[in-house]
Amino acid sequence: MNVTLTTAGPLPPEEDGATYDVTVVGAGVVGAAIARELARHDLRTALVDAADDIGSGTSKANTAILHTGFDAVPGSLEARLVREGRDLLAAYAAETGIPVERVGALLVAWDEDQLAELPRLREKAARNGYHASRIIDADRLRTLEPHLGPGALGALEVPDESIICPWTTPLAFATQAVRAGVHLHLNCRVRGVDSDAEGHTLTTSRGPLRTRYLVNAAGLYADEIDRLLGHDVFTVTPRRGQLIVFDKLARDLVGHILLPVPGPAGKGVLVAPTVFGNVLLGPTAEELDDKTATGSTAEGMHLLREKGRRIVPALADEEVTAVYAGLRAATGQEDYRIQEYPGRRYVAVGGIRSTGLTSSMAIGRHVVQLLAAVGLDLTRPRALPPLTMPNLGESFPRPYRSAGLIAQDPAYGTLVCHCEQVTLGEIRDALSATIPPHSLDGLRRRTRARGGRCQGFHCGAAVRALFEEARP
Amino acid sequence: MTRNAREVDVLIVGGGPAGLAAGAELAAAGAGRVEILEREQEAGGIPRHCHHGGFGGRLDRSAYAWASANGTAYAQASASGSAYVPGSVSGPAYARRSVAAARDAGAALRTGVTVTGWAGPRTVETTGPSGLERITARAVVLATGARERPRSARLIPGTRPPGVYTTGELQQAVHLYGQRIGTRAVVVGNEPVGHAAAATLRAAGVQVVAMVTDRPAPPVRPRRRRTPLLTGTTVTALTGRSRLSGVALRHDDGRTTTLRCDTVVLTGDFVPDHELARRGGLVLDPGTRGPAYDAAFRTSRPGVFAAGNLLHAVERAGIAAQEGRAVAVPVLHRLAGTEEPPGGGRRLVVDAPLRWIAPNVTGPDGARPQGDRFVLRTARRLTRPLLVVSQGGRRLHSQRLLLPAVPGRPFHLAADWTDRVDPHGAPVRITAR
Repeated sequence: MNVTLTTAGPLPPEEDGATYDVTVVGAGVVGAAIARELARHDLRTALVDAADDIGSGTSKANTAILHTGFDAVPGSLEARLVREGRDLLAAYAAETGIPVERVGALLVAWDEDQLAELPRLREKAARNGYHASRIIDADRLRTLEPHLGPGALGALEVPDESIICPWTTPLAFATQAVRAGVHLHLNCRVRGVDSDAEGHTLTTSRGPLRTRYLVNAAGLYADEIDRLLGHDVFTVTPRRGQLIVFDKLARDLVGHILLPVPGPAGKGVLVAPTVFGNVLLGPTAEELDDKTATGSTAEGMHLLREKGRRIVPALADEEVTAVYAGLRAATGQEDYRIQEYPGRRYVAVGGIRSTGLTSSMAIGRHVVQLLAAVGLDLTRPRALPPLTMPNLGESFPRPYRSAGLIAQDPAYGTLVCHCEQVTLGEIRDALSATIPPHSLDGLRRRTRARGGRCQGFHCGAAVRALFEEARP
Repeated sequence: MTRNAREVDVLIVGGGPAGLAAGAELAAAGAGRVEILEREQEAGGIPRHCHHGGFGGRLDRSAYAWASANGTAYAQASASGSAYVPGSVSGPAYARRSVAAARDAGAALRTGVTVTGWAGPRTVETTGPSGLERITARAVVLATGARERPRSARLIPGTRPPGVYTTGELQQAVHLYGQRIGTRAVVVGNEPVGHAAAATLRAAGVQVVAMVTDRPAPPVRPRRRRTPLLTGTTVTALTGRSRLSGVALRHDDGRTTTLRCDTVVLTGDFVPDHELARRGGLVLDPGTRGPAYDAAFRTSRPGVFAAGNLLHAVERAGIAAQEGRAVAVPVLHRLAGTEEPPGGGRRLVVDAPLRWIAPNVTGPDGARPQGDRFVLRTARRLTRPLLVVSQGGRRLHSQRLLLPAVPGRPFHLAADWTDRVDPHGAPVRITAR
């Protein structure tokens, strides 16, 4: 296996004048999925990102739901790609060990207007090809969710909504792509694009990069990359979503993804289990103009806690494990903006909002078809080498409970992070993986180490020592 | 899954001051196979990384005094178990001494072994480098300690750059791993642990820019300090991207400022590490957030005891150790089949601004807690408060404190009213006015 992953210094020189066939800008979940799809063809492909890790923008901070797409706008590109992407990702997750739990969702009606809205939502789901949703009454709802706050009148049950690990997914895509020969260049910001009849020359923070075809999957910065190609068709407005993660000891309070009935003010705040065994509350929806404003605010947390108190009152007494904020790439249009440019050897992938995790693999397939449509010569696809990801899911076997694994290597019986039960073996594996982390946060997203209730009080220094030993 | 099943007489979960003291006392008293499980590679608990003096003082005398005051048959054993030399030593020395005392007394101390859950009322599952086990004990002592609430649990807004510590992480980073910290730090909290954090920062060559507390200024200003203390001041945000760049503050009178720094240490605000207790279904006290317990350190589950800072985060190591030694007596009673029957076990509840009381269940047959007094904490300063104990409207006891009760420090309530508690009556209520 010949892996090309660079994080510093000039980009590798063109070998004998050869250029990349395709370059994907943006190594989030969508860019990584596109790169993985391209890896199935005999092409020279590059995946570049301005950050020091894959999936470290919008992809790392979301609600981690594998959607059915029941509430998409019927007939939209998003509706189609979410529906297709869901099946693709569910199968891929089963194959590679990405944790997924089919917990189901309940759209809870808290007043008569919302209750009256449920049949319409059910019809909409059917128009999206989803027929398994059903309306349940208050008694049934109470049985399903005994800790729900008072006043719920009924709900639309969507049994197939699932929760997924948001970190393992892009890591799996990128790992498989890189192992199949895709070049990954991190810390590589694209500052300019010069296009000619043969392709594009990207000016990056690490020098020039020549490519015949270009895919823009830059997330929050997709509009800026698009403008570098002379277009002015969309603007990405960051919409901040703040979230609160409650302690694992709160997990028994919530069985389903508890969604509000969407109203004029948008999708609203949800309460959901996570595959790590926590409970998630959020997100807020704040229109901003700063694409780096991933901070949380006192007002945001106050609002969330108020909403959370109404949905599941007992949450208020539980410890908070983590607080974070993510930015959705809103474009002021309801649909994805995926656009191919014949003659320009270019595909723009913009406006991929919260459903992007679910639809990522379908977007990958769609974009590769578009590249073919604008002239890329695709050879017959080949199978990618199989991949097994380390499991971060609470409901699946973890090394600390595996007698066999510990017998083979006692490092899997040596717990380093106690809150999340992360072993020395897992940390070493992550640090020597195909795509290793470049920061403690990156290590946390790969192993959960330092991500638990004590946030490093007990293990922070030990984990840092292991990280610095492996990556001086 | 293959688990090696074993049985011991006493299983102690946690090898900090409380667990080690309990192990030493029990092993010395001939309790049989006494096993202490410590999940860290080194036993000793928090003192391992407290490089300051003050350990091993007056509080470290044996539980003999308490045991003999209670007239138990085990007082002799308690007293002879180990020789505790009063004095003032550093945390690491204290930790080493505690480990040696437990080992010398004959307790089996196993480090790097983590209890991951329960498999029965007194059966736990463990993970260690040598494999998985299921250990059943005749008595279990939980001594899992406490931790400081991290930034997220305190809901401090802002960005999430590196450079944010709790005292525990800071002390380990500096004293156990020699890691680089930063150049300018702000310490949040001015309890003793905050001063310990400041000392650790200075030892690591970090300038302490200020200490910040949301509590009001004390009526008597302490003598001039090396570091400015900002009272009545709340942290409103952390700033910075790749590294912390500042701490935004708001004073009670509305003034705001941002202190430039690359490090912030969040101190105090301890919470019991109660996961195992809660996963075991033990009743917790809403005030302490530790297991509800009585004067004999009994939790709501027969045969499961608790000691140390799990019960009431957070007291000094000496107090945790004292409780560890004291828990030996009721554990020995249990092993001998002479355990006092539950003596009513009424819950003790406090009214605001009191935060908690410990123990928080009345003991067997009016048994008195350690030192013949209950420990309390308050959420705000009380000048010479009158503490009133009542049950179902009936006043059992009242007591005027001669000194102010202040947040962050324990104060005490005499226990000479416990024999007046109606064992079938309402919960006992403690108020301060």
